[in-house]
Amino acid sequence: MEPVILSCAELSTREINAALAALPDGASARVLEPRGRHNLAVGLSNRVRIDIEGNAGYFIGGLGDGPDVVVHGFTGWSVGENLQAGSVRVEGNASECAGASSRGGTIVIEGDASSRAGISLKGGTILVGGNVGHMSGFMAQAGVMLIGGDAGDALGDSLYEAVIYVAGTIASLGSDARIEELTESDVRAVKALAELGGASFGHVQPENVTRVASARGLYNFDALKDQKY
Amino acid sequence: MCGIVGLHLKNPDLQPRLGELLTQMLEAMTTRGPDSAGIAVYADRDPAPAGHEADPGPDQPAPPDQPGQELRYSLRSDETIDWDLLAKRIAAETGRDLRVEPLGSDSAVFVSSAAETSFLAAVRRAAPQVTVPGFGRSMVVVKDVGAPAAICARYGIPGWGGYQGIGHTRMATESAVTTAHSHPFAPAADLALVHNGSFSNYATVRGRLARQGIRCDTDNDSEVAARLVAARMAEGADLADGLRTVLKEMDGFFTLLVTTRTQFAVIRDSFACKPAVIAETPDYVAMASEYHALAGLPGITGARVFEPMPEEIHVWSR
Amino acid sequence: MDQPQPMNLPMDAHRRSGAFPPEVIAQIQRTATEGHYEIRGWGAKRDLPTFDDLLFLTASLTRYPLEGYREKCDTSTVLGTRYASKPLQLAIPVTIAGMSFGALSATAKVALGRAASAVGTSTTTGDGGMIAEERAASRLLVYQCLPSRYGFNVDDLRQADAIEIVIGQGAKPGGGGLLLGQKVTDRVAGMRTLPAGVDQRSASRHPDWVGPDDLRIKIEELREATRWEKPVYVKFGATRVVNDVKLAVEAGADVVVVDGMQGGTAATQDFFIEHTGIPTLAAVRLAAEALRDIGMEDTVQLIASGGIRTGADVAKALALGADAVSVGVAPLIALGCNSPTYWQDGSDHDASDGYQALGTEAGYCHHCHTGRCPVGVTTQDAGLEARLDADRGARQVTNYLKAMAMETAALARACGKSDVHNLEPNDLVALIVEAAAMAQVPLAGTEWIPGRQDKI
Repeated sequence: MEPVILSCAELSTREINAALAALPDGASARVLEPRGRHNLAVGLSNRVRIDIEGNAGYFIGGLGDGPDVVVHGFTGWSVGENLQAGSVRVEGNASECAGASSRGGTIVIEGDASSRAGISLKGGTILVGGNVGHMSGFMAQAGVMLIGGDAGDALGDSLYEAVIYVAGTIASLGSDARIEELTESDVRAVKALAELGGASFGHVQPENVTRVASARGLYNFDALKDQKY
Repeated sequence: MCGIVGLHLKNPDLQPRLGELLTQMLEAMTTRGPDSAGIAVYADRDPAPAGHEADPGPDQPAPPDQPGQELRYSLRSDETIDWDLLAKRIAAETGRDLRVEPLGSDSAVFVSSAAETSFLAAVRRAAPQVTVPGFGRSMVVVKDVGAPAAICARYGIPGWGGYQGIGHTRMATESAVTTAHSHPFAPAADLALVHNGSFSNYATVRGRLARQGIRCDTDNDSEVAARLVAARMAEGADLADGLRTVLKEMDGFFTLLVTTRTQFAVIRDSFACKPAVIAETPDYVAMASEYHALAGLPGITGARVFEPMPEEIHVWSR
Repeated sequence: MDQPQPMNLPMDAHRRSGAFPPEVIAQIQRTATEGHYEIRGWGAKRDLPTFDDLLFLTASLTRYPLEGYREKCDTSTVLGTRYASKPLQLAIPVTIAGMSFGALSATAKVALGRAASAVGTSTTTGDGGMIAEERAASRLLVYQCLPSRYGFNVDDLRQADAIEIVIGQGAKPGGGGLLLGQKVTDRVAGMRTLPAGVDQRSASRHPDWVGPDDLRIKIEELREATRWEKPVYVKFGATRVVNDVKLAVEAGADVVVVDGMQGGTAATQDFFIEHTGIPTLAAVRLAAEALRDIGMEDTVQLIASGGIRTGADVAKALALGADAVSVGVAPLIALGCNSPTYWQDGSDHDASDGYQALGTEAGYCHHCHTGRCPVGVTTQDAGLEARLDADRGARQVTNYLKAMAMETAALARACGKSDVHNLEPNDLVALIVEAAAMAQVPLAGTEWIPGRQDKI
């Protein structure tokens, strides 16, 4: 079946999302001329493939529960926020808060992500081929991140049970984040994640990544301990 | 709630299109600010007439109490005013010839080589209802209420040429929408600042400036930052140092775009919670709160698009 | 004479310090032992200007009342008319405010839901997500979108009748949610994607947007995901009310919810509760003025909350410009909070041991944070939860809400109104100067409104 063509030059965001939501499972669509348009492909639950041909704005693929969205360009803030199922792949860079609060599915940023990548992560998978900015993985509760490049300051601050793998350097760790020994199972997991990520992760050596996890020191308040808030 | 835009041209061939490109960027930012807009445009103006004092240097303004090269004063009045009559009066008071360049029905540009302080004092005396949104050798500032598209049309901005410009769109919270709180704030010659975000300790910094004799015209947080930068530059600091002072002394969340006659600078605070996108090509550097404001610029598909890092000062110079 | 005689204390033996009364002494002693301020539930407990400081100017020779039992006074209320295709149609101008499953027991959520359905109003989820029981019990359910996003998912979003984006709440504007480990059971933890038993601390800012200019884009996202059917509310704690209301409206809100400092919580630090935000009395009036200032009073609805207790409070909030109120602590009291007894197995039981164990008594308890609620309302302990009967609780809350609506209508009728929404500031006077200034109504017996030069 030929992909449905939708052009941002002719259609409003509302019209585009309505058309995407109406597609049957197995269908595909190409969204042309996004030119930084926000809220494309949000809140969709059909099993479709959506190619966004250009640079897009905020919340692309947000609240997604099914589609595979590919952005052939870069995105603005909060790409794939609250993703539940399906995937969002960005061939360029992603702006702040990539994958914020995502619960499931996979978000792949082939370039760099900016600050607060993976903030409030709730079970999703976030793969960044390049670098991430400061406060990435902030309050990440569950799920996994693989960072192919370097991480900025305060990585994994207030981390819960999410795990962050970093192939490059880490500028600094956040409160309650610590580096842990890589196990065999970590190496296998990173290998699988890098494969899922694709060519931009070809440089990742699974045996040489750093595993960042929670020290669990802030799980319970104890004002009489010297807890770092 | 607002949007900011800026364009600094490297390629002189684009200069005739500056106004057209800025208008397009400003209109895109109407979503972030529909109620009023302001714009500062820099152009190489006519050279100073023979016999005037030598140019004191690229970024150093003339001492404000000395007459010198010609400065352009962008003036604005909310009531109808006879600009020619006012011009004659100011010329008489300052003892210097004055040229009037029309700008709009409620705005005008007065060009004079009088000392900055005496010119501004003369305007205040002669016409207290007139505000001076900005002044400088190269800079003209327009601020008005209404939709950004309407404002640009009213002043013919798409037809303006120049080498750089910054703009701001605003959503008003006060009921009487006036230009009083509009950006850019331009408290010194050829200096303009636009801001997206919220300073949390501006009242304290405003008080400190007041004790140094520097008064704000409004209770707006952005004006405080502009005056802080101007104060540092008046002491001899360059723009980057002025912005470092803002980073050090002012608290809150902010993206700032600040220009002088020769420089174009962007900074973000350490949290970097307010957006900022920069696009650079061999022909220009453009900045906006959201990428879609840049999407129509020539050669944008080949541009290097990036976000400024927290606390990094990005400066481009002529 | 083996026993020592009691000494006669002098008449000023109990001279109370204004700066260091017993409550403050206890706070300092507790902080010295535990290393932190008291964490507790409920809202601000200190005396503040409230709706009690306003009075209605009811019927007189020049203003005629409606007959109390015969002439209709309409209480129906519609929320979310601005953009949503399916606004909420309520029978009364009172809704149940957001309170989480986690803070509250599931039985409490069900009881509230059943009562709301019985009287024709809505309940609201809280900082933990939607439970199926509440969706089933509550005919109209408002789904909160909070900074933490605990439990927030697309399926529940689609099942909701409205969406409430929470910037903050009156008890702690600027502070995130809190649920102590003893209440983070397996079920609660599972919903919130947390390990069981952690002291849950929520973020204070949303993860994916900051500021009203970016809120506009977020509201569009939520509308797009729900086909523009559901009203979007924006809720904040009362601080810079005028600016917040105007910016929320500009960002696209259908309804603004303003929660004054008296607003309750199930757990937060006492210093937040008592020292942040402004009284509801001032907040309502400021919010209504802000809407009028931008010409939106007929387009965007205003819900006021924060210590609303009775029909008199409701009527006064409506008179000051609210379209509806939201109640939190009050219906919990109707459910059994602070009751000396609980009902189980067909009879009343004495709950005093439970209060005693918390170091308090019925009438003074604010220990929701402990999870040891002696009457089963704010607990996750199965044994304690069993002390709350859902049907009986639902009946009690139904009685309370119905009475509240009747009181509101009675006052409105007495002011000559056939619709409670026709109550206006003109119907009110103030008893004290602070209330006159905050509500901007005249001090009773005078024409004086502090701060206004012109005559009313």
